Parts: sequence; structure tokens; C-alpha cells
Amino acid sequence: MGYLTIPQISSNAWKVWQRNKDVFMKTYRVNFLPPFLEPILYLLALGFGVGNYIDIVEGVSYARFIAPALVAITIMNASFFECTYSSYVRMYYQKTFDAIIATPLSIEEVITGEILWGATRAVINTLIMLPVLFAFGVVDIPLSLLMIPFAFFGGLLFATTGMCFTAITPRIDSLNLPTFLFITPMFLFSGTFFPLSLLPAPLQYLAQILPLTHLVAVTRSLSLSQVGLPLVTGLLYTGVVTTLLFVISINLMKKRLIA
Amino acid sequence: MDQISFEVREGEVFGFLGPNGAGKTTTMKMIQCVSPKSGGTLEVFGMDVSTHERDIKKMLGVLPQETNLDPDFTVYENLMVYSRYYDIPLPKAEEITASLLDFMQLTEKRNTSIEQLSGGMKRRLLLARALINTPRLLMLDEPTVGLDPQARHLIWEKLKSLQAQGNTIVLTTHYLEEASRLCDRIVIMDKGKILVEGNPQDLVRDQIGSEIVEAENTQPVVDCLKGMKATYEVWDNRVHVYTDKPKEITSALLDSCKVRSLTARSATLEDVFLKLTGRTLRE
Repeated sequence: MGYLTIPQISSNAWKVWQRNKDVFMKTYRVNFLPPFLEPILYLLALGFGVGNYIDIVEGVSYARFIAPALVAITIMNASFFECTYSSYVRMYYQKTFDAIIATPLSIEEVITGEILWGATRAVINTLIMLPVLFAFGVVDIPLSLLMIPFAFFGGLLFATTGMCFTAITPRIDSLNLPTFLFITPMFLFSGTFFPLSLLPAPLQYLAQILPLTHLVAVTRSLSLSQVGLPLVTGLLYTGVVTTLLFVISINLMKKRLIA
Repeated sequence: MDQISFEVREGEVFGFLGPNGAGKTTTMKMIQCVSPKSGGTLEVFGMDVSTHERDIKKMLGVLPQETNLDPDFTVYENLMVYSRYYDIPLPKAEEITASLLDFMQLTEKRNTSIEQLSGGMKRRLLLARALINTPRLLMLDEPTVGLDPQARHLIWEKLKSLQAQGNTIVLTTHYLEEASRLCDRIVIMDKGKILVEGNPQDLVRDQIGSEIVEAENTQPVVDCLKGMKATYEVWDNRVHVYTDKPKEITSALLDSCKVRSLTARSATLEDVFLKLTGRTLRE
């Protein structure tokens, strides 16, 4: 069994999605709070606090510069953490996957459902965050509304990334490694809080490999109404890498759970 | 697994017995289309497990050895969410769920969270969940593991009534009493092989005889038994005599061999099991 075997998936995957949605809705009040508060805190502290000392970054105010990055970061966090820690708990501790594959659903469909749900979490958080950003007047209407559908695809990118780590992690603690070595550096160095052009040239190339860089490129293009090359490459990157990681994550999971 | 061969007939209760590591659960998982087989053929309802997974799984009801109820949901929600995986329409799912909760005596616990259930209730809910799709074949992996006698008897009662309704059941168990009570036919497995197959009572009669006389393991007793040409086995400090004529053996032992104490009892499946799989501890 290779890592690139094309999985066979039916609409059954949505039943797994639905299971996770049902659980989420049981505690929706708590779940809706963080994505609502997060942009307010960051905008106040960084945008209007630190931003007070910054006149203009790449032609816009600092608050307008970081606002789309906040959306990209929430897309990353929502889907990545859903498909790492939360999926791992369901897989390993709750044996939810075992229970589902005893029914007509296959393991491929279970993993796909988890990934779809991870992407949905990204959409939900974006939906809650955008009105806050509108209220602060730091993102353009109407083009920023396209961040909502984009959140799904950006979410898929990080959900599949997370699922690959979940498939190979020996213990739940080991998931701290990708969190600190991959997610945290990206959070800081993907053109989020300062332009990539300030980085030394080799690091700029490195940043181009990182998925968050491309997510930020897309959300920033939309929030500043700048339709150009970064938008196109960002979308292309998201499409290609997501497809690849989707196939790999399913095969890795099959190896972990069946073989 | 090492070249095992077995057939389960419609409407019977079939048991896999064997010590830990015998391959019972592995066999169950292969039938459930969850673990792949390395060779040979395995057909369920005449369909190959490696090509008709979905069709087979639709008709199976599975009770796993390890509890995997969904802790994020209540008792009722567990069954309802599960019914979705089988495409059962909502009104019908509600109806089946209500009747299963009733059958398993869980109606009062309908809105209880899984954590708050006792071990016996969890097993009963798992059994209810396994029945949600009115399966053609029930697969029960250690249905009463870790339960107290009351809870165990309740599960047995439920399984008996399922059996009476004509359900086909395959189960694994460590409890030999459970196997003799419930199973029409059993196989005893060890180290991935099937040692014997048959009806529990027949197996006891064929392998042991109807009775067992136990006496102390002393040289005079052994010499005596040799003289009588009796069938016996030595287990540590006890001698087990397998016989259909316990009276003759006991009186001979008492009269001519000067045995101080002995016990005569009916042979059980446990004797067959220990005779075939040995007394060495399995971890």
C-alpha cells in the first residue's frame, strides 16, 4: 500500500461531519466566544497599541495590515487543532472511529468526515470574526466576504496537514512538536505581523513553502481589494497542496488503523 | 491465524473459545471486514469480505470487546447518531431506538450521559446499538466481560430471547459457563488454530466422558488407576479420572487404594478447555 493510493469516498463522509457538528452544537455558546474575542484583543493590542508607533506598512495602516492575517491565523488554528488533538482524542481515547467503521462506513470516509469538519470549524470562526473586523473598519467590503468560502479551502489545507501529524504521532503529547516547531513559527513569520520583505532572502524563500504565507497572501488580497499574482499563487498553492496532503493523510491513517 | 476453517449456520449461536492470544478477536475482526486477511477465503452471507465490505457491514451488528460508546452523547443520542450510519430514516430510527431501550431496560437512562452508566448498562447499550440495523448476524466479542453475576445474567437473558427470535449470533468468550449455556456449537482455539469444533455437551462427552473423579496425586493412587486401566490426567497435586462410571471408580479407589478423600462431579466445558489448551498461564 503506497502513500498515494487514491481513496474511494462516498457521501457517507458527511455523516461523520454531522456527528462532529452535533457535538459542537451542544456547547456552541462556549465555542463561539474565542473567535469573537480574539480579533478584538489582537486589534486593540497590536493594531491600535503597537500600530500607534507605525505610520504605514505597505501603503496601509498597521491595523489594516494585520487584520487579514488574523483571519488566516484563525483558519489555521481552527482546522489544525481540530484535526490533531481533537481527532486524536476521538480516535485513540474515545474509540469513536472504531465504532463507526463497524457500520457501513469505511475508514477513508471517517477521516474525510473529520477533515471536512476541521475545514468547517475554520469557516465558522471566520464567519464570527469578519463582522468584528468590519465593525473596526479594517477590511474592505465586499471582496472580504470571499474569505468565507476561502476559509473552507484554507481550512482543508490545515485539516489535512494536521491529520498527517495525527496519523504518525505516537502519543498525544507528541502533537506538541508540530505545534511548536511548525504552527508557532508560521504564526510569526508568514507575513502575518510584518512584511516578508523584511526577512533575509533565504528565509523569504523558506516562508514561501509555508502554507500560512499563502493563506495570508489570499486573505490580504481580499481585504485590501488587490487582485493580483499573490492571490493567484495562493489559491493554486492551497489547491495543489491540499489535494496531495488529503491523499497522504488518508493513506497514513489507513496504515495506522488497519494494518 | 493459521489455516482455520469454520462455518456458521443461519439461526444458530456459535462460540469462539480460547485463551488470551488464541486469535478469537482477530477472527471476529476479519468477519467484520475490519482486519484484512492474508490469504484464503472468508465469506459472509456468501459474499467475499475483501470485496463486499459495505454490503456485509450493513447486515452485521457488532458488540466490541472494548466499550466504544460515544461519550459526547447521551444514551438516546448514541443510538440515534448510530442509526444515521445505516441510513435509517428518522421516524423509523426513533421507533427502533425506543423499542431497543425498552428491551434492554434502559428507557429510564435515556438522557443520561455515558460516563454515568454502570458497566452492565454500558454493555446493554452496546448490545442495543448492535441491534439498531436489525442485523442478520450479531457479532459479540466477550459480551459479558467484567460484569457482576446479576448484570451477566441479564445479558444472558437478553441473548436467549434474541436466540429464540431466530437471530444468528457469533460470540467469543472466556466464560465457559456462558458458552455452554448459550452456544449451539463452539470451536476451541489456541495459537491461531482451531483445536475442536462441536456442540458443547457433545464435546464434554467425547473429550472427557460424563463425570470426573478427582483424587490426591499420590503414587498408590496412580498405580491403582494404572491397574484399573482408567483414563486419567495428573494436574499438579490432583489426579483427574475421566469416566462414565464414577461409582465404580470411587468405590475401587476407596476400597482397594486407601484414598482418604476424593470428589466426583459432572464434567464441564472447562475441563475440556483446560485439557486441550493446558494449564499454563497466558498473558
